Amino acid sequence: MKSFTYERARSPAEAAATAARTEGARFIAGGTNLLDLMKLEIETPAHLIDVNGLSLDKIESTPEGGLRIGALVRNTDLAADPRVRRDYGVLSRALVAGASGQLRNKATTAGNLLQRTRCPYFYDTNQPCNKRRPGSGCAAIGGFSRQHAVVGASEACIATHPSDMAVAMRVLDATVETVRPDGPARTIPIADFHHLPGNTPDVETALSPGELITAVTLPKPVGGAHIYRKVRDRASYAFALVSVAAIVQRDGTGRVALGGVAHKPWRIESAETQLPRGARAVTAQLLSGAKPTRENAFKLPLVERTLGAVLAEAKG
Amino acid sequence: MKFETAATTNPIDQLKVIGKPLSRIDGPLKTTGMAPYAYERHDVVSNPAYGYVVGSAIAKGRIASIDLGKAKAAPGVLAIITAENAGKLGKGDRNTAKLLGGPEIEHYHQAIALVVADSFEQARAGAELVHVDYVKAEGAFDLEAVKDTGKPRAPFGGPADTAVGDFDRAFAAAPVRLDATYTTPDQAHAMMEPHASIAAWNGDKLTLWTSNQMIAWGVGDVAKTLDIPKENVRLVSSFVGGGFGGKLFLRSDALLAALGARVVGRPVKVALQRPLMFNNTTHRPATIQRIRIGASRDGKITAIGHEEWSGNLPDGRAEGAVSQTRLLYAGANRMTATRLAALDLAEGNAMRAPGEASGMMALEIAIDEMAEKLGLDPIEFRILNDTQIDPERPTRPFSQRQLTECFRTGAERFGWSKRDPRPGRVRDGRWMIGIGTAAAFRNNLVVKSAARVRLDRSGIVTVETDMTDIGTGSYTIIAQTAAEMMGVPLEKVVVRLGDSTFPVSSGSGGQFGGNSSTAGVYAACVKLREAVAQKLGFNSAEAEFADGEVRAGNRRVPLAEAAADAGLTAEDGVEFGDLDKKYQQSTFGAHFVEVGVDAATAEIRVRRMLAVCAAGRILNPKTARSQVIGAMTMGVGAALMEELVVDKRKGFFVNHDLAAYEVPVHADIPRQEMFFLDETDPMSSPMKAKGVAELGICGVASAVANAVYNATGVRVRDYPITLDKLLEQMPDVG
Repeated sequence: MKSFTYERARSPAEAAATAARTEGARFIAGGTNLLDLMKLEIETPAHLIDVNGLSLDKIESTPEGGLRIGALVRNTDLAADPRVRRDYGVLSRALVAGASGQLRNKATTAGNLLQRTRCPYFYDTNQPCNKRRPGSGCAAIGGFSRQHAVVGASEACIATHPSDMAVAMRVLDATVETVRPDGPARTIPIADFHHLPGNTPDVETALSPGELITAVTLPKPVGGAHIYRKVRDRASYAFALVSVAAIVQRDGTGRVALGGVAHKPWRIESAETQLPRGARAVTAQLLSGAKPTRENAFKLPLVERTLGAVLAEAKG
Repeated sequence: MKFETAATTNPIDQLKVIGKPLSRIDGPLKTTGMAPYAYERHDVVSNPAYGYVVGSAIAKGRIASIDLGKAKAAPGVLAIITAENAGKLGKGDRNTAKLLGGPEIEHYHQAIALVVADSFEQARAGAELVHVDYVKAEGAFDLEAVKDTGKPRAPFGGPADTAVGDFDRAFAAAPVRLDATYTTPDQAHAMMEPHASIAAWNGDKLTLWTSNQMIAWGVGDVAKTLDIPKENVRLVSSFVGGGFGGKLFLRSDALLAALGARVVGRPVKVALQRPLMFNNTTHRPATIQRIRIGASRDGKITAIGHEEWSGNLPDGRAEGAVSQTRLLYAGANRMTATRLAALDLAEGNAMRAPGEASGMMALEIAIDEMAEKLGLDPIEFRILNDTQIDPERPTRPFSQRQLTECFRTGAERFGWSKRDPRPGRVRDGRWMIGIGTAAAFRNNLVVKSAARVRLDRSGIVTVETDMTDIGTGSYTIIAQTAAEMMGVPLEKVVVRLGDSTFPVSSGSGGQFGGNSSTAGVYAACVKLREAVAQKLGFNSAEAEFADGEVRAGNRRVPLAEAAADAGLTAEDGVEFGDLDKKYQQSTFGAHFVEVGVDAATAEIRVRRMLAVCAAGRILNPKTARSQVIGAMTMGVGAALMEELVVDKRKGFFVNHDLAAYEVPVHADIPRQEMFFLDETDPMSSPMKAKGVAELGICGVASAVANAVYNATGVRVRDYPITLDKLLEQMPDVG
């Protein structure tokens, strides 16, 4: 771990301004990911800005009938919130499918969105990784890639985003609220928040330097059956091989997003028009152009089969 | 004490303390965090410096140069140990690659430097500043690719090749035949406590508080590596947070701590970093196994052959996956072959039931497949080919063998008769249900073991032996043995373990520790009883030791009186004769598993497990049960998820942390039942006990595999059985 300086932020605007003008600054909230990465010197911030004291830990109703979730709301609290459980069941289910009870007690809503990949080559600083050391290459390509992306990957990176929560946020059409260093707030649709790797897999989100997430807002509930199905090798405490977040209405229409298949939560709205025709038709569009490796080609039939089971469950 | 003839009645048979399901006596220390593990010996070491290990970034080649300049200048850094500045080092008898590598690199994450600093954080930061230039060399990393270069290598307990009768002819002539190949992956011990040591020098004398299963082996290899007399080395390993064979040997943490402490003139503590645990230490090596079985139509095995290929560093051992096949089933024509190829991965070595654990993973699927070919119930097929004699040497009976009884009892308890033998027929909602079984088999080894027993004036009996407790319950069964022998309650016994100043024991390994070490304590107690009897004027043959008294006829004397002021001490051990040559000593069991396989995703979840074991006298049913259910858990890991994934280009285990190397979590393990059959084995020791700790894992994975087959009709022969291996053959989603 590299030595670093530390401060507690007093307001979101000040935190953002400080981050923008301080070389190597990072925000820290729950620390469940960043601290591990610092110990391994995968992340080497020179300065930590602790945002835990910023009172961004409320879940409030919005005038539009939705929910505004403070950036610092802990995953445990978000999953247990009665409004979330009633109106956004897919989110609650995705949250409890992730990590462990202890981690969820610490992990925050904004931090969850900003989790970094679990690619084992990203974690081994002896190995090249374009995410960790831009331009050094990708050891996962041609290497152990069972967990890796099958769609939207690039020649620079085939990593996946590990979050469950973010997949549910994507299917719920959440928006990310931020404050920028020069003052103004903005909202970023979740669809635009995470980037595909392209040639710059180290640039993972739409956030500009210093920009701080203050909340994630959910629109008015849309009803329907909310299902989150996470497929993994062991029953708990494992990252998804694939996951399906779905909201299915009585008439068979609905929304679907996938986890474990791409560098970001994977949703293609136009594919959802196929939902009444069944899982095969939806999957064909969702995963069109997929380029799996030999080791993760199973994710294609697995998505289709899992979605099939989810649609059957939604029918009841 | 020599143990050369079958045990007769002795004080252990009273079963006043032995055989009782007592909670472990070290339990309160552990549950309150007071058990002093090696890295936390704040009680004996003050002001230690901290070491951080630098592992090689390449798998094979050499170090062209190391630049220590920046690291040495980093805050708090006291010294950096490398092969270049460590002085001449020998190599221990029991490690294959050097524990401090360089300039030659033998495997990935081989230790090449130790950065010693005032604090752990400073050592870690310093380690990141060590700059190494390597020259890479080509290496062999793919077992499948090099398998045919394998040379005959004798595994533990047998020659490289065995042959009885005419296997080839009998197999060719058999009306029903199986010829199948199975693979098992490299596996990690993945114990909770990493290898960890504190080293302190006092003049030329070294003390190592370390986490080690085999104290005397450790002393020998420390002395040899440092080229100092054994008498100058003390090892203390009072508590071990899991070993599973990974801590049988001296490893880099202890050696580097010793080297570091010598240089900085102050105690140094080193815990191997978790990401190094998988490539720096040993692991269970991958195997490729070909099994051929021929049988008559009525199900009698006429030919059985088992060939194994594994890989290791030059001079490494072969896994020995064929060993149980020499003993488990009858059949007049038999062969085994063990081949070892050179690989440049980290050293393969013992992990819980080395040989049999891997071998049973393959053999017991093959038996299931063969039973199906024959149209026989898998249990009936096994019982049909049960044997009470060593199939290779018919003059040699098994000392005890209740394999059939294990299966019969287990079948009854598990409801085997309700199993539908046709695969894919049973559903419970989204789950396809299957039931599988497999034999459990592991040889019983006996190892010389000594102890010292002291009686003091307050009637306290103190046992000292260098035996270790690696979570197994050694403290407790040794206390029970001494209590039974001396006729005192358990609370009157103090057990001190894991110190090389104590008499040399069997140590913990190969499931020999429980029986052997208690037999050693038995021997010392026999001697102490004689001394007590003599002191108190009893005829030792007549004296009865009970309730804190020594009694004969009408005379009763408190035991403590024999101690007087000076106390009374006896030291002895057990040495085993050739009963294990005259009789084949093995332990047996039957595993039963019910799985559910998700019809859509092919996720496999274990729903029920039962093991029935016959393993001699069970000294403590509670701690023994813990061993068996722990082993069953490890078997589920082997079946469904554990695999060290080899990057065959770069030559290392990629998933080298506990996030990526998955072992079962609580949610993976259902209610486990286990049942011991009544058994005493007078050929094994005066305790009449045998090992159980490794028996419990042998066969579990194949019982799971057979249950998956029963659930789905998909036969997977390559472990672990992950959903991607089933998916193609699963039924369409409704």
